[in-house]
Amino acid sequence: MASRLETWAKDAVLEVQEYVGLLARIGRAAVTPPIYFRDIVEQFDSIGIGSLTVVLLAGLFTGMVLALNSGITLDQFGARSMVGRLISASMVKELGPVLTGLMVSGRVGSGIAAEIGSMLVTDQIAALRALGTDPVRKLVVPRVLAGVVMMPMLSVMATAIGMVGGWIVTVLQFHVASTVYWSSVVQGLYMQDVWMGLIKPVFLGFTITTIGCHVGLRTTGGTQGVGNSTKLSVVASSVGVIAVDFVVTKVLIVLLY
Amino acid sequence: MASQQAPRSALLEEALAFGGPIVVFDQVNLAFDEKVILTNVSFTLQTGHTKIFLGASGAGKSTILRLALGLLKPDGGRIFVNGEQIDQMREDDLMQVRGDLGMVFQEGALFDSLSVRENVGYKLLEEMQWPIGKADERVKEVLGFVGLGEFIDRMPSELSGGQRRRVAIARAMASKPRILLYDEPTTGLDPITSLTVDEEIIKLRDLEGVSSVLVTHQLRDAFFVAEHAATRNGNAIEFERAEGGKSNQAEFIMLKDGGILFEGNASELRLAAQTDEYIQSFLS
Repeated sequence: MASRLETWAKDAVLEVQEYVGLLARIGRAAVTPPIYFRDIVEQFDSIGIGSLTVVLLAGLFTGMVLALNSGITLDQFGARSMVGRLISASMVKELGPVLTGLMVSGRVGSGIAAEIGSMLVTDQIAALRALGTDPVRKLVVPRVLAGVVMMPMLSVMATAIGMVGGWIVTVLQFHVASTVYWSSVVQGLYMQDVWMGLIKPVFLGFTITTIGCHVGLRTTGGTQGVGNSTKLSVVASSVGVIAVDFVVTKVLIVLLY
Repeated sequence: MASQQAPRSALLEEALAFGGPIVVFDQVNLAFDEKVILTNVSFTLQTGHTKIFLGASGAGKSTILRLALGLLKPDGGRIFVNGEQIDQMREDDLMQVRGDLGMVFQEGALFDSLSVRENVGYKLLEEMQWPIGKADERVKEVLGFVGLGEFIDRMPSELSGGQRRRVAIARAMASKPRILLYDEPTTGLDPITSLTVDEEIIKLRDLEGVSSVLVTHQLRDAFFVAEHAATRNGNAIEFERAEGGKSNQAEFIMLKDGGILFEGNASELRLAAQTDEYIQSFLS
């Protein structure tokens, strides 16, 4: 039992060490040449535009169900006109970034781990190095940059569509006037909330893509290994999103409020 | 995108002339945890020559190629490639050394999201910054060399195993490296396709002056590469049995238990098989 615990602890420390090592290599590769611009643009498209549908759908239905649930509760106090305020505060600060993060970790995190893992087990990563290309510069940096830049944009869109979803339900189900809903939305928003909604996704995008790349680059054991890496990437990045969300929220509350 | 290689000094050029040591392993050791892979492995590959590594699975043959390429670092000993000591070199510096190396991986390791054209031209366009037109010309030239000119726009998934290996050879030779490393290039191929791959290896060695390290399980291919030479007769390329000094340009190294059991040319290997049981069982 003790030796198993020791092995687990050693593996965990090694994993953290490798992850930190990768972060250091990403930091250096992102600011020194060569920079693979074409790959960066491709990843912006793949991670950003490619995730748009799933993120918009998640945002829309979340806004709708939030309006439905909060509307029923607020109606008991005769405060159905406050639904917009509740939706905007929830979506901008928390639900928009986190739901986007979870959606992206499911779609992008798994994809990154599977793609890089497959390349590793089929010697394509070794071939890249043999051809004089640093895989961190070619594969990892473009994905991390895309995650960091596109996540806030996706989060803003998810939040916006969530508010639209809330508006549909509030108007059709609770018969609140559109102007009342939208003015309530604006009243519920503070500049600090907007900053929080923009800053959080940057960290979440970084977490999702770096975990996906790290897990992909540590793949062993052929196709089964690729499957395991994909699974691990989704689990680790989803938990990572929640954990990082908590830490960043805590820090931002101290800094912004 | 990487910077161009710095020009070599005249002294280094002289050292790397035909017959000079282009790859040197000096007392190289490597182990993965408890498992010893290589023990005191030393050999020298001379410019324009071929080293053929034989040995059982897990004997460390492919590991030697990865060490020569700097993909792995040895636990002990020194490795020189093109006059540069690479065993403790940083990854960024290794990229320069790899500019003069090409490797053909076991299953080809072609980038499956890129076409044959993009695979073969990868290094020229991405790392050497060649203009598209010039790179395309070279891609067509090397694909013609391996007889796959008409497959230029195919994707790797549309190629047979033998075609993939030949595209991998074309990709490895596109940047005109002076050293080519082949990791079991004929494993799993039918005899006719294997022969085509063998002939490519001989052509590159004898007509392009490429030094090579060949790791293989296939004795027939190993002896064919060791005992044949390519000559150009007008536009035609002919293969004939290597005679005299030419037959010494290909040497076998047999690995056993992480060490070198035998080193010598094809005739010496056959002689050794008469006295050494392991070599005999391997060759039979």
